[in-house]
Amino acid sequence: MLPLIQREVVDRKRWIDEEEYLNMIALAQAAPGLIAVNSAIFIGWRVGGWRGVCGAVLGAVLPSFLIILAIAMVFSDWKELPAVEAAFKGIRPAVVALIAAPLFKLAKSALKNSEFRIQHTDFRALYLLISLAAALLIWLGGVNPVWVILATIVLTIVAISIQQSAFRKKK
Amino acid sequence: MLYLQLFISFFKIGLFGFGGGLAILSLIQMEVEQYGWMSQQEFVDIVAVSQVTPGPIGINCATYVGYTTAGIWGSLLATTAIILPSLIIMLSICKAYFWLSQRFQGNPYFEQTLRMLRFTVIGLIASAALMLIKPTNFIDPISWIIFGVVAFFTVLPEIVNSQFTIHNSQFGKIINLASHPILLIVLAGLAGYCIYR
Repeated sequence: MLPLIQREVVDRKRWIDEEEYLNMIALAQAAPGLIAVNSAIFIGWRVGGWRGVCGAVLGAVLPSFLIILAIAMVFSDWKELPAVEAAFKGIRPAVVALIAAPLFKLAKSALKNSEFRIQHTDFRALYLLISLAAALLIWLGGVNPVWVILATIVLTIVAISIQQSAFRKKK
Repeated sequence: MLYLQLFISFFKIGLFGFGGGLAILSLIQMEVEQYGWMSQQEFVDIVAVSQVTPGPIGINCATYVGYTTAGIWGSLLATTAIILPSLIIMLSICKAYFWLSQRFQGNPYFEQTLRMLRFTVIGLIASAALMLIKPTNFIDPISWIIFGVVAFFTVLPEIVNSQFTIHNSQFGKIINLASHPILLIVLAGLAGYCIYR
């Protein structure tokens, strides 16, 4: 999705420049919600204020909305067809693979962007324990992901506060 | 009552959906399962449909769940609810852009929290996949073969690109094409049609 946004908004229409585009990506990813919608809001606001936001959000949402609405209307009937049911028996494990496979790449880039050293030894891989704990809590513990996200935010802030007060004492 | 539940659920999903696309799946799964709005199987089916149709997965799921639970108005409500937190938060960010960028750029609390959330999001995505590994989705050993083949082709460009620098070569293009989710889903569907018909 993002390369498409860049080509349309930066290269073709020149609504924002390269640097602003990078800021936009950072903001759209840092803020909660769908990245495509967040980007649309940012660009809409930059280009045309409130009206720009309305137009951009409608543009980002409406195609998916209409397509899925059309599919939802007929899907319950189609699902009963033996051919469709057979196809979906093959598709379901493929979807699980499509969800699971990007984890490898995501973990690699998350590790690349973090740092955790104790006396020149690299402990970055320990961060993956957070991922493991989150997955187990939700999968086996049935914990709502919302709580896991909130816990991450609170624990990180507490950890940095402790780290910084220890740092100040040393000084 | 149903409308209110739909609204609250999808507002929550929009508010806590960090990390986009796949990360939002586990939130949707939890909400949808809690109210029995969709079976596990239906959930996978709609994710499949989302992968082959354009647009953000979150919008697709909201529209679909909204329609199947409460008709057209339900789909409008759920879709609005999922983008409403984005609207509120992103507009505030845009309005206070300079104030915020001065305060938050380089702020250790802010940046470290974002970094840690990335690891949590990885766990969220993993849990979404783990929750879907069930007999209803994996009906026989062939399912596991399909799972393995699709997973292999999805990570293939990653492995190949880290070994050789072939981004722009002909071979690299073919590999990237072969790992495209739409192609993989269509092929899995064809395989299913041939095997289970």
